[in-house]
Amino acid sequence: MLSKKQARTFFLGGTLVTFLVFIGLTVYSLSKSQDQTNHENITEQVVRGKNLWETNNCMGCHTILGEGAYYAPELTKVIDRRGKGYIKAVLTTPVPWAPNGRKMVAYGFSNEEADDLIAFFDWIDDIDLNGFERIVSPLSNDDN
Amino acid sequence: MKYKSQKVAYWFFALSLLLFALQIVYGFIMGFARIGFDGLHEFIPFNTARAVHTNLLVVWLLSGFMGAAYYIIPEEAQRELVSVKLAYVQLISLAVVGVVAIVGFHFNIWEGRKFLEIPRPLDYLVVVNVLLFLGIIIMTLIKGKRKTTTALVLTMGLLFAALLYLPGMLPFDSQVTDSFFRWWVVHLWVEGVWELIMGGILSFLLIKLTGVDREVIEKWLYVIVGLTFLSGVLGTGHHYYYIGVNNIWLIVGGIFSALEPLAFLAMALFAVNMYRKGEKKHPNKLALYWTLGAAIVSFIGAGLLGFAHTLPQTNLYTHGTLVTAMHGHLAFWGAYAMIVLAIISYSLPNMTGRKLYESSRGRIAFWTANIGMIGMTVAFGVAGVAQVYLERKMKMDFMEVQNEISVHFIVLILCATLFGTGIVLYMIDFIKHGRPNDEALETTDN
Repeated sequence: MLSKKQARTFFLGGTLVTFLVFIGLTVYSLSKSQDQTNHENITEQVVRGKNLWETNNCMGCHTILGEGAYYAPELTKVIDRRGKGYIKAVLTTPVPWAPNGRKMVAYGFSNEEADDLIAFFDWIDDIDLNGFERIVSPLSNDDN
Repeated sequence: MKYKSQKVAYWFFALSLLLFALQIVYGFIMGFARIGFDGLHEFIPFNTARAVHTNLLVVWLLSGFMGAAYYIIPEEAQRELVSVKLAYVQLISLAVVGVVAIVGFHFNIWEGRKFLEIPRPLDYLVVVNVLLFLGIIIMTLIKGKRKTTTALVLTMGLLFAALLYLPGMLPFDSQVTDSFFRWWVVHLWVEGVWELIMGGILSFLLIKLTGVDREVIEKWLYVIVGLTFLSGVLGTGHHYYYIGVNNIWLIVGGIFSALEPLAFLAMALFAVNMYRKGEKKHPNKLALYWTLGAAIVSFIGAGLLGFAHTLPQTNLYTHGTLVTAMHGHLAFWGAYAMIVLAIISYSLPNMTGRKLYESSRGRIAFWTANIGMIGMTVAFGVAGVAQVYLERKMKMDFMEVQNEISVHFIVLILCATLFGTGIVLYMIDFIKHGRPNDEALETTDN
């Protein structure tokens, strides 16, 4: 029968080994050769867009890369679906926006801010998401 | 209660329950918004309600864990806490940080990263607060007469939880890397080190409630937390399938996260077996309900429902849908909310000297809250599955789908009302126990 000492060894040993493997895999998958994000395309404008995305907690309603709050649409591939003009109109409108009855806060972003956010979405749209990009964009389907 | 300083736990539990009540209020705001009653939109838009709801959850659970540690560690280490004054300072600063963060969310002041919305300057205060807490706990343990496995696992869980908060504070220009390390905090907390905390509290409660030999319980505690890390650390990979990192995570995350239910199954079997083995009939049946309930419901919510969408083939379609909310609600409820309510139910009569555990109110609270939460989970599940088919398979527009599934949110609100009723009854019980007092010292043999 298992002794307490053996149980402790199992816990400490298992933890140590899995943590080391996890760190190794992290280093590997974030290395330059494994990049799926076109990291070199992250311009200052994209970073400003990301900053706006965060400081307004867009993820508190929307999802991006499948992460967020499921209250408002997924914004990965949103440019595919809506086009930049539509997105810019939504971002800059000073009047409350309620597509199909569900309200969005009227942020009234400036033109420049809207462009920053669109640059951010543009960068997101080109990331290789291991197949998820096909699922979230109705412009593509599972067959192609 | 054997040590006067254990009383400080009462105030952490009181703060916990207060924040829990507020969390439920914000949950209702979101539920109603989903069926079109969004009259509060001007003041509390959905993203505010959501950030408040999830952050309150984290703060009230942490407050509950801290209260649990302040109650358990003196008894395990067989000495008073090294400083009660500092523990109160820590309590007040925790409450202040929590309240300031939540008020800020109403004024668009946040970091906007799911679950880690607290703005950066407050992050530093959280770190100071947690360091103070850990200092008190670890010094008490070091100076204590004995060092038990239960105390050690609980403290390790709390220490690792503090350390793992740090990767979430690293700034990144890439949304992908940002998300990657955000899961180091969120996943490794809830599917890693928090399970150590849960295991430690569970072990303490089982030792007290069943009378089974400490050596036996603690041996299995090691096995359970061993299984937790063995599966949970690499299981983090299930968050990395579709966020823009290497597809090696599809295999690693798929295999190891599929093993995660084993740790919860072991926890449930362990708790039920210890209860059956136990010869001691502890009069506090209510604490036993919550303890066994936590072990069983966490297996269903975190283990089984997590498994339901953890395989990459399934997650490809469920990623970013209400299916996640289905799993999230029962998992947090079973694994963490119920274990905090269990330690409160156990310790409250000991701290106040009032043994109200025979009241039917407590039992009604237990069943109402649990049935309500299971109903909510089913409502989220049905809505989520319908969303997956309509939106991801039929390629219907997001809002059209939302209108189709809004009926499930009426069910959700009804079930949440049942759940809320249970929690209100629990709180009435808490208040009826009165304040902790020194007369309760040694009046119990537990």
